[in-house]
Amino acid sequence: MKKLLMASAAGALLAGAASAEDIKLGVILGFTGPIESLTPAMAAGAEIAMEEVSKSGKLLGGSTVSAVRADSTCVDSAAATAAAERLITSDGVKGIMGADCSGVTGAVLANVAVPNGMVMISPSATSPALSDASDNGLFFRTAPSDARQGQVLANVLIEKGFQSAAITYTNNDYGKGLADSIEAAFKAAGGEVTASSAHEDGKADYSAEVAALASAGGDILIVAGYVDQGGPGMIRAALDTGAFDMFALPDGMIGTGLETTFGDEIEGSIGTLPGSEAADPSVVLEAAAATGVDASGPYIGESYDAAALIMLAMQAAGSSDPAAYSAKIQDIANAPGEPIAAGELDKALEILAAGGEIDYVGATAVELINGGEAAGGYREIVIEGGKITTAQYR
Amino acid sequence: MDFLNAIVALSNFVLIPAIAYGSQLALGALGVTLIYGILRFSNFAHGDTMAFGAMIAVGVTYLLQYWGVSFGPLPTALLALPFAILGTMALVLITDRVVYRFYRTQKAKPVILVIVSMGVMFIMNGLVRFIIGPNDRKFADGERFIISVREFKQMTGLREGLAIKTTQGITVVVAVIAVVLLFWFLNRTRTGKSMRAYSDNEDLALLSGINPERVVMYTWLIVAALATTAGVLYGLDKTFKPFVYFQLLLPIFASAIVGGLGSPIGAIAGGFVIAFSEVTITYAWKKVLKYMLPEQLEPSGLVQLLSTDYKFAVSFVILIVVLLFKPTGLFKGKSV
Repeated sequence: MKKLLMASAAGALLAGAASAEDIKLGVILGFTGPIESLTPAMAAGAEIAMEEVSKSGKLLGGSTVSAVRADSTCVDSAAATAAAERLITSDGVKGIMGADCSGVTGAVLANVAVPNGMVMISPSATSPALSDASDNGLFFRTAPSDARQGQVLANVLIEKGFQSAAITYTNNDYGKGLADSIEAAFKAAGGEVTASSAHEDGKADYSAEVAALASAGGDILIVAGYVDQGGPGMIRAALDTGAFDMFALPDGMIGTGLETTFGDEIEGSIGTLPGSEAADPSVVLEAAAATGVDASGPYIGESYDAAALIMLAMQAAGSSDPAAYSAKIQDIANAPGEPIAAGELDKALEILAAGGEIDYVGATAVELINGGEAAGGYREIVIEGGKITTAQYR
Repeated sequence: MDFLNAIVALSNFVLIPAIAYGSQLALGALGVTLIYGILRFSNFAHGDTMAFGAMIAVGVTYLLQYWGVSFGPLPTALLALPFAILGTMALVLITDRVVYRFYRTQKAKPVILVIVSMGVMFIMNGLVRFIIGPNDRKFADGERFIISVREFKQMTGLREGLAIKTTQGITVVVAVIAVVLLFWFLNRTRTGKSMRAYSDNEDLALLSGINPERVVMYTWLIVAALATTAGVLYGLDKTFKPFVYFQLLLPIFASAIVGGLGSPIGAIAGGFVIAFSEVTITYAWKKVLKYMLPEQLEPSGLVQLLSTDYKFAVSFVILIVVLLFKPTGLFKGKSV
C-alpha cells in the first residue's frame, strides 16, 4: 500500500513536470492610487521576465507563463484583499508578484496568501514590520526593509555634513516605518532630529505642516512621502516660505514627477533608492522602456526579479504548485551555484532542468536574508541641473 | 533685531497665509450666508459650486494658454474668471429651475431644502470629477512671488525671510473688490434693497410688490459669482483638487455661523476668525518665542497647541462653542 501511494505520488509529480501548461502569475500592484505613475513600469518588468521564460520554452517541459494584473490601490486594504482573492479563486494563479505598498501587502499576505498557501513576492514593500509577519515561508521580498534604507540615508546625510534634520512622512505604514528608521539611524550617527511629523496625502495646502517644521528648524527636510501625493506639496510649501531649500528624499519620492515639478529649485537635494552596482538592470530597463512605459522610476528590476524567482523556483521544484516550490526560492536566490544575471533566464532554466544549482543575481543583486528579504544595495542620487543623477552605490 | 526677526517669521508663517485663507473663506461664507438669508436654507452644495466654477476657470485658462494669451505677470486665470462666473451662473440657475423651485413653491421646510441641497452637492461633485477628473490641476502662471524669501533677505539683511506669493496678493485684492461691489449692490441699488427687504420680512416684501422670483434669481447670480471667485482664488493659491472643495464646507459654514448666518459683515469677520484660529492654534511657536524671550526661557518643545492634523477640528470646536453660547453669532444673524 505504502509503495503504491509513493508510486502514485511520484507519478503525479512526473505528470506535472512533463505536461506543458499555461501558468498564470498574478501581478498585483497599485495601478490606481498614490504610486500609479510607478506601477506600469513595475508590471512591465515582471511581464518581461515572464515573456523571456515563455519564449525559451524550457520551463517545466515547455510551459508558458502569462500575467494577470490586479489593482492593489496601494492604500485600500479591503480592495487589495478582494483583488488578490479574485486572482487565486477565479484566475487560478500559481504565484503572486506583489503587492506593492507595505500596508496592502501585509493585508493580502495575512488574509489571502497565507490561508490559500500562495507564494507572494513583493518587489517594493519595504516596511520593517513585514520582517516579523507570520508567513508560513510563503512571503519574500526583493526590496530591502526600510530599516536598512534608514541607515543608508542617515549615512549619506552625515557624510554630506548635515547635522540636524526635520522629518515629515506620509501618514501610513510605509511612511511611519521609514521615518522611524531614519530617525533612529540618524540619531545613532550623531545627528539631531528637530521634529518628526506626519502629513496627510491628498490635501491642497501644506503650509501649516511646513510652518510647524520650519519652527523646529534643521539643515534639511527629509520627506518620506509619495511623489504623486503629498510629498511635492510639502516641498513646494517649504520652498515658497523659504523654510527649507534642501531635501532628503527616500525611494517613494524619486520619480520623473520630481524633475518636472521642481527642476533646479531643489538643486543639491539628495535621495536614496534601492539599486546595486553588482547587478546590471539595464537589460530590464531597456526592455521596459521599449514597451512604452516610463522606465526611470524605482522597483522595475525588483519586479523582474520577483517574477523570475517564482518561475525559477517552479523549475527547481519541477512543479508549479506553490506548496512545492516555495521552499526552493531561498536556494536559487543565494549561493552556491552559477550566477545568473538579468536576461539569462533560459540559461538558468537549463541548469535547473539538468539538476544543477544557480545563484540568481538578476537585475538587483538578489540575496535573500532574514527568512526571505533582500539584503539590499542602494543607489544614492543627487539633483544636479534639475535632473536626478546617480552619485554612487552603497 | 530679534524683535524684527520674530515679526517677520510670524508674518511669513501665520499672518500672510491666514489673511489669504481668511479672504477665501470669507468669500465662500458670503455665498452661504446670502442663501441662508434670502432663500432660507443651508446650501451644502456650495463647496461643489466653488469646485465647478474653478473647474471652468481651469479649462478656460488652459484654452487661453493654448492660444498664447497671457496676462503678463498676473495669472491667466483672472482672465478666465468672468467666463467661469457666467458658466456657474448658468449652472445654479438651471439647478434652481429644476430642483429648488419645485420645493419653494411647495413652501417646503428648510430642513427638506438642506437635504435637497445635499443631493445637489453629490451630483455636482460627480459632475466635476466626471469632467475634469479627481487629480490635482495646477493652473497658476505668471510671476510666482511679489516678494520672495531670497529678495527679502537681501533687502533687509534679516535672518528670517518673508515671502508674499502673487496669488496671496491677488486673493486679498480681489476679495476686497468683490466685497465692496457686493455691499454697494446690497445698500445702494434697488434690487439690492429689495433683496434685503425680502430677507428681513418675506410677507411685507411681497405686499410691497417685490417680485420674489426676481430676488431669488439675483441671489443665485451673486452667489455664483462669489462662489466662483472664492473657488478660483483658493485653487490658484493652493491647488485645484475637486475633493478639497467639499472639505472646505466645514470651515466655510463655521465662518458663516460664527459671524451670524444671514449677516454679510458677519461672514467676512467669521472667515478671518476661523482662518486665524486654525493657523495660530496649529502653528509651532518655538521659532517666534526664541526671538522674543530671553535665553533662559527659550522653549525646548515646539510650543504647538494642536498638531496640524487637527486643523479641521479647530473650526468644529469654534462652531460648537458659538452654537452653544451665542447661537446668533457675532453679528446678530438668524439663530440656527
